[in-house]
Amino acid sequence: MCTTCGCGVDDNGAKIIDLKETNGHHSHDHDHGHHHHSHDGEHTHDHDHDHLHRVIELERDILQQNDLSAARNRGYFEAKQITAINLVSSPGSGKTTFLERSLSDLKKEIDFHVIEGDQQTLNDAKRIEAIEIPVIQINTGKGCHLDGDMVQRALKKLDPNNGSVVMIENVGNLVCPSMFDLGENFRVVIISTTEGDDKPIKYPDMFHGSQVCIINKIDLLPYVNFDVEVAKDYARKLNPDLIFFEVSATTGEGMESWYKWLKNYMNKN
Amino acid sequence: MHEMSIALGIVRIAEDEVKKAKASKVEVIELTIGELSGVEKEALDFAWPVAVKETVLEGAERKVDYIKGIGKCSECQLEFHLKNLHDACPDCNSYFKDILQGKELKVIALEVV
Repeated sequence: MCTTCGCGVDDNGAKIIDLKETNGHHSHDHDHGHHHHSHDGEHTHDHDHDHLHRVIELERDILQQNDLSAARNRGYFEAKQITAINLVSSPGSGKTTFLERSLSDLKKEIDFHVIEGDQQTLNDAKRIEAIEIPVIQINTGKGCHLDGDMVQRALKKLDPNNGSVVMIENVGNLVCPSMFDLGENFRVVIISTTEGDDKPIKYPDMFHGSQVCIINKIDLLPYVNFDVEVAKDYARKLNPDLIFFEVSATTGEGMESWYKWLKNYMNKN
Repeated sequence: MHEMSIALGIVRIAEDEVKKAKASKVEVIELTIGELSGVEKEALDFAWPVAVKETVLEGAERKVDYIKGIGKCSECQLEFHLKNLHDACPDCNSYFKDILQGKELKVIALEVV
């Protein structure tokens, strides 16, 4: 679905990449399957139409196409009893490190599968593959967010097991991904102490639409001008139900309570 | 700049409808955009000409109805103008609220020829 991936021409389409298919021979997946712009009726000049003005009443949601794909993903997850998590943050908040840490610490207990979203490169997928977790990389090209259709295509390649947890690492961006439902069970927004503590009110939609907020890099608190309580207060103004975890994905501090919460969530759902 | 995605989404809807109606182009497109929809008017204006180029929407007049954000306080039930998602109830200062309107992002109608 080209409508929501931000791409204008064919070469900018999202690529869904399985490292296993690229290792060694650097072939590129030129899967442009989602480009079905219908240009048929565009300038055909067939003269069976009249030249009267006609009004077509629509009342159609512009994001409808994405919402349909997201609903399909949601049904897939439900049928396979999969917990799907959409990880969002600014670039550089430690999203991939947080993910790596969670996967390494829990992989004996939880069957994880990962979808990595970035504009370019396979770097993050390689990091996940290094800890022996099945991973599919989506390169969005010029697109600034993942959409429901990209995730659907990635899921086909990933083929996650029943009862597993699918972690979807979105493109580093606190604005655009907020509008695009992927069909996930819940959304985790990550901010780090090296950012401003007013980030929540600067990017309200993302905090409004998330269920969990991870405050990362707390090991750096003595060196930065970041007030955890101020950040939480701002975030609560947007979303009074938001659940917080203060962690350092590097040292492992605080990760245990996030693990406990995740396992508890999986047991309940 | 997800407004580009949004504009391309509008183009797709228009292309489909024009084809269905066996028309050739769109003269007027009517949209509603809510104050809390996450779409910036300026960013959409910027993306629009690029998105509609060589499509059925090229040259079409765009009428946009901007919808004011309205929240309802979950504590005191007051309905108030919700300019930002983090606005508190002006009466009781609670941040718990339901959004009654302002999230809209729709193509309302197309005038085709």
